[in-house]
Amino acid sequence: MKSLEAYPLEERKSHILVKEKDQNQGISCGRHSVSGVVSQRACVYCGARVVLNPITDAVHIVHGPIGCSSYTWDIRGSLSSGSEMFRNSFSTDLEEKDIIFGGEKKLSEAIDEIVRAKFPKAVFVYSTCVVGVIGDDIEAVCRAAERKYGIRVIPVKSTGFAGSKKDGYKAACDAIISLMDGGKYERGVKDPRSFNYLGDFNLAGEIWVVNNYFKEIGLNMITGVTGDSTVEKLRKARNASFNIVQCAGSSIYLAERMKEKFGIPYEKVSFFGIQDTVSSLIKLAELSGDEEVKKKTEKLIRIMVAEVEPVLEKYRKKCRGKRVAIYVGGGFKAVSLIKQFSELGMKTVMVGTQTGRKQEYETIRELVEEGTVILDDTNPSELEKFMKEKGADLLVGGVKERPLAYKLGMAFIDHNHERKHPLIGFEGAVNFAREVDLTLNSPVWEFVRKGGLHE
Amino acid sequence: MLNNTPKEISERSALVVNPAKTCQPIGAMYAALGIHGCLPHSHGSQGCCSFHRMHLTRHFREPIVASTSSFTEGACVFGGKTNLKKGLETVFEIYNPEIVAVNTTCLSETIGDDLSEIISSTNIPKGKTVIYANTPSYVGSHITGFSNMTKAMVTHLASKDENGGNNKLAIIPGFVEPSDMAEIKRILKLIGIPFIMFPDTSGVLNSPNTGKYVMYPKGGVTVEELKDLGNCFGTIALGKFASEAAAYELEKKCEVEAHVLKVPIGIKATDDFIMELLQMTVKEVPKELEEERGQLVDLMVDIHNHYHGKKVAIFGDPDIVTSMTEFAVSLGMIPKYVLTGTPGSAFEKDVTDILKSAGIEDFRVKAAGDLMELHQWIKNDKVDLLIGNTYGKYISRAENIPLVRMGFPILDRVGHSYFPVVGYKGAMRIIEKISTALLDKYDRECPEEDFELVM
Repeated sequence: MKSLEAYPLEERKSHILVKEKDQNQGISCGRHSVSGVVSQRACVYCGARVVLNPITDAVHIVHGPIGCSSYTWDIRGSLSSGSEMFRNSFSTDLEEKDIIFGGEKKLSEAIDEIVRAKFPKAVFVYSTCVVGVIGDDIEAVCRAAERKYGIRVIPVKSTGFAGSKKDGYKAACDAIISLMDGGKYERGVKDPRSFNYLGDFNLAGEIWVVNNYFKEIGLNMITGVTGDSTVEKLRKARNASFNIVQCAGSSIYLAERMKEKFGIPYEKVSFFGIQDTVSSLIKLAELSGDEEVKKKTEKLIRIMVAEVEPVLEKYRKKCRGKRVAIYVGGGFKAVSLIKQFSELGMKTVMVGTQTGRKQEYETIRELVEEGTVILDDTNPSELEKFMKEKGADLLVGGVKERPLAYKLGMAFIDHNHERKHPLIGFEGAVNFAREVDLTLNSPVWEFVRKGGLHE
Repeated sequence: MLNNTPKEISERSALVVNPAKTCQPIGAMYAALGIHGCLPHSHGSQGCCSFHRMHLTRHFREPIVASTSSFTEGACVFGGKTNLKKGLETVFEIYNPEIVAVNTTCLSETIGDDLSEIISSTNIPKGKTVIYANTPSYVGSHITGFSNMTKAMVTHLASKDENGGNNKLAIIPGFVEPSDMAEIKRILKLIGIPFIMFPDTSGVLNSPNTGKYVMYPKGGVTVEELKDLGNCFGTIALGKFASEAAAYELEKKCEVEAHVLKVPIGIKATDDFIMELLQMTVKEVPKELEEERGQLVDLMVDIHNHYHGKKVAIFGDPDIVTSMTEFAVSLGMIPKYVLTGTPGSAFEKDVTDILKSAGIEDFRVKAAGDLMELHQWIKNDKVDLLIGNTYGKYISRAENIPLVRMGFPILDRVGHSYFPVVGYKGAMRIIEKISTALLDKYDRECPEEDFELVM
């Protein structure tokens, strides 16, 4: 393919795939980025922080220089129905002398100061790059603090350079397991209708949307993990009969650990798009094994589909045939988005992820039409190149991709931390269609397309 | 949401809550973007670079591109030499910048990478330039990083020719917006002074939409101009914290006389700036500036009753906060709390001098402070207005105090990239904002009988 030949960097070629042309060849993924490339990826700390941050009544203290704490102050867009503690930013603000003499004492004092001022239910202590190098024994400091105050003080092994964002998800999941372990566990028969909802961070209140369905069909969500969760709720999570996992990239490891440790089975679900929401609800009802639940689920689906279908049809008319480029964090979300766009009659012409897995890339390849470009860990130049080449009308991405799309005169949707309306479930599918329509059919693009006064 | 900030102030020495600063590398990256054709390179983990790009993207709403050495555990054990060498080669091969500006991070500083040695042993393509700045995140703040990278431009590039001067003024604008840099240039042009401004992000981070993505927009100081700095007849450095170091470096290296002034925010600082320019060049005040000043005074007089006697809290970066405090005093406001997160006793001294000489006694000023402390001060004794960056919105909401956004970062409003706060025009804009903020609140909240059409 021409575009690949024109692309100069040898190391990147195996990370790019075009359906049809390279039918027998798999994509390279899960590897470290090439040094010097403008990667859209983040670090271990970032991964850990985004997963744990929505635990609303915990204090999240970042042990390191100020930056790591500043850049992650309330950026996630997670909502809380109770405490807002998690939206503050706590740091040990390490200075030169701490780097030379070690930061353990400062960390220990910082924990003292937090407990004195805030009386939190639990404290998460994140390690950062520099802490990993100077070798502070965070675990020992946390243990000592637990003994002193009788609250959970949990170390998060999130040294930035020690892997990728995915390793950060793992570190966060280990910290969650540590919190759950030793939690209240009511022996005896579990309620088959009780479950946890993993991998949703309650962006724009999305957990509240699906929890309404759960209540409606007679199921009992113990807690979201970690969206709108509390220390107390997470400690009760092991009473669940089963787990469902929305964002697999961040939370499948947690589901595995909970299965291993507490014997809780899990299933992957997705509540993005009508198709996935319907099949996930049916799956959920079956997991409960309760006939009553199954009946209520069928009824709910019937009502909701009838309600949103005509609305969607209205948007379908305005969006049909448009071309979409997708660049998101995980592969599972990309899969959901491809389906959702096809529900709107739109065609995906480029798909990329920061940290997708082999299996997810396979699924993507099966879903998309021939000629679609598939990318792993891409950069702005590649995005620009393929979006232009494929004539994309709309880009779905995160913070860093938005202005790039705008410069190219291309519509944009944030399906990440900056989403402002719930995009989940039936209501979310409508919101999503509305957002697609609003950006795609805005009059502003006309001014970009027409060019300046002299053209 | 910050309602849980306790009113009682307990002594903290180790813990920072809700920082009023961030780390050095992002400041270095911002400075580097003010060089034409420059790709900033972050020598550290992927996460740092990703966070900095994300933060700058949110503030400027422009694509921010920078490359990273993508440190792994191996790099931390064996040093980052291979990563940087490989990184620089990759950068020139794919992105073809004129110049690469490397900044270090806490990680590479702690490991002790010798950048001078690494860069001199790397094959840099002919005609291309690499400069670097040491920007350990555990020293100072983002302002220090900006200062260090600006200084590095002089250290690595400036030289003095035998055959005499270029008749130009070297001007260092400090960590201000692209719009402010453009306004300072406009003033220089009006007076008729040839100049080299460095760094200069106007035309880089407020570039027009042309339907094309340009990796290196038209703006920015060129490498040639940076080399020519040694031939300037003098330097004006605006702001002690962000600009002074580079000016003294140029004085030391090339005997270009340094003049350090306040950032020209407000009538006094702008007067001082213009008078200094006139003295250095023996030029006349242009009619246009005289007129702008007259308009400013006219506006100050017209609505002095809107803000006279109002108590205000000002926070953010030291150079901007110092000038803004002076302007607030000129307007008859009472700066009750003045705080920066950046460490440095010069800030406390300068602000104290301004307030004392205005006869204000009841005030608090603090460097290396955080927003929890500012919030606690306000809880104990309220103010009428808050001036600072977007992070002030939490306090603003919790205490119902209007917030005028100024400084870095502004993540939730637009305008800062296009409309300056420096100069007489900038001062008029600040007055408009302050007056509007106070009156909007009054109109919304005053009793029905006090609601008036004309104000």
